[in-house]
Amino acid sequence: MGESVDLIIESIPQILMGLGLTLELLFLSGILGLMLAITVLLMRISGNPLLTWPAMIYIYIFRGTPILIQIFIIYYGLSQFEWIRESILWTLLREPFGCGILALTLNTGAYVSEILRGGVLGVDRGLLEAGSALGLSKRHRFIYITTPIAVRLAIPAYSNDVISLMKSTALVSTITLLDMMGYARIVYAETYAPYEVFTSLMVIYLIITWIIQRAFGLFEKRMSRHIRK
Amino acid sequence: MSDSEPVIILKEVDKFFGDFQALSKINLIVNKGERIVVCGPSGSGKSTMIRCINRLEQHNAGQIIVGGHELTDQVKDIDAVRREVGMVFQSFNLFPHLTIIDNLMLAPRLVRKTPKPEAREKAMSMLERVRIPEQAEKYPSQLSGGQQQRVAIARALCMNPEIMLFDEPTSALDPEMINEVLDVMTDLAKEGMTMICVTHEMGFARSVADAVVFMDEGEIVERNKPEEFFNNPQHERTKLFLSQILAH
Repeated sequence: MGESVDLIIESIPQILMGLGLTLELLFLSGILGLMLAITVLLMRISGNPLLTWPAMIYIYIFRGTPILIQIFIIYYGLSQFEWIRESILWTLLREPFGCGILALTLNTGAYVSEILRGGVLGVDRGLLEAGSALGLSKRHRFIYITTPIAVRLAIPAYSNDVISLMKSTALVSTITLLDMMGYARIVYAETYAPYEVFTSLMVIYLIITWIIQRAFGLFEKRMSRHIRK
Repeated sequence: MSDSEPVIILKEVDKFFGDFQALSKINLIVNKGERIVVCGPSGSGKSTMIRCINRLEQHNAGQIIVGGHELTDQVKDIDAVRREVGMVFQSFNLFPHLTIIDNLMLAPRLVRKTPKPEAREKAMSMLERVRIPEQAEKYPSQLSGGQQQRVAIARALCMNPEIMLFDEPTSALDPEMINEVLDVMTDLAKEGMTMICVTHEMGFARSVADAVVFMDEGEIVERNKPEEFFNNPQHERTKLFLSQILAH
């Protein structure tokens, strides 16, 4: 038992060598995914079928298939096409890191745009009518009424998705990237101690999850200050 | 301007929701400074009619002219009308994420481009007018229903409207809060505001209105001075309605 504890503690610093990459994947694809989600949301609610349909098809595909397949198609599949290897996209897709970011961004973007849409639909119609009656343009109503209210409504579901994205980053270890999962697999291959190594890894993920939860909890509290009496 | 200058004209207005005809051949003229109370059973088209006046609903046929602007699909005309017409809703519809003062300042700043200090001053003077300046920094959820409705009235007044529309402003209120809202509305009426008010507050109609309009099944059945309307209703449907609401 003492040996196990030693191994758990010893493997932690080695696994943490992948922390930087895990966080990089999380932040980059999180931010790019959010930007994509906002764009897709605006397309989805534009009322213009030429924008609505591509948005719906994109959401359907990326929510409807396992992220591991998406990663594999982007990493192994796209390089088969010569026109891709000759296009500017290749600078991104040539590296596993670029493929990982792209897959995670596309995946989270699909989910988050639907989460945001839920928030937008949750805004009381009467408030928008009040805005119209006061002479606010459609754009002003969206920016000053819909957005702040929708954001608050979407926070709990969105924080869920960020945690989910954080866990999905572990999948990029399958395309040679050395994130925390990647390092854990190396340590495991050296020690043949799966229980100890993966327990350490779990604990680190749990700590990150706790930090994300806490940050969103504070954000939600701040955005809800008008509701507290 | 003479007192008999029409500021709202509805001519043969029809409105459909799908197959359901909500308004049928509505004719209504409201002169500057006139106070009209609209009553009628629920589903009779009262709210739909006043919501057509500031284009929250689009009419399907007929003409609506407000302050000289005819309501069509032209955004310019819709904007012009909305600048002249303030509206108060049954459910207050204050912006929950903004403080009271910010609720009042939002439209003047965005629509009229009023500088902040000026918008603030105007907002405070309107809050004083509805007698709750001390609530300026609170959020709507911290106020009672009656206070929220008075804020909603102040918010509409900040845009200097020529006309005020009230859509059952006291129906969502607890009984003890109805009078504080009616008092503010009575003040407004005394100051010469043109008002159309959908309400079942018959005391208010008697004391404030120049005319009472009775609607049923999407039609204007009767329009008369309050005295005549209550004491000597012309139509059977009016008599039935009055007997129902004045029964107690």
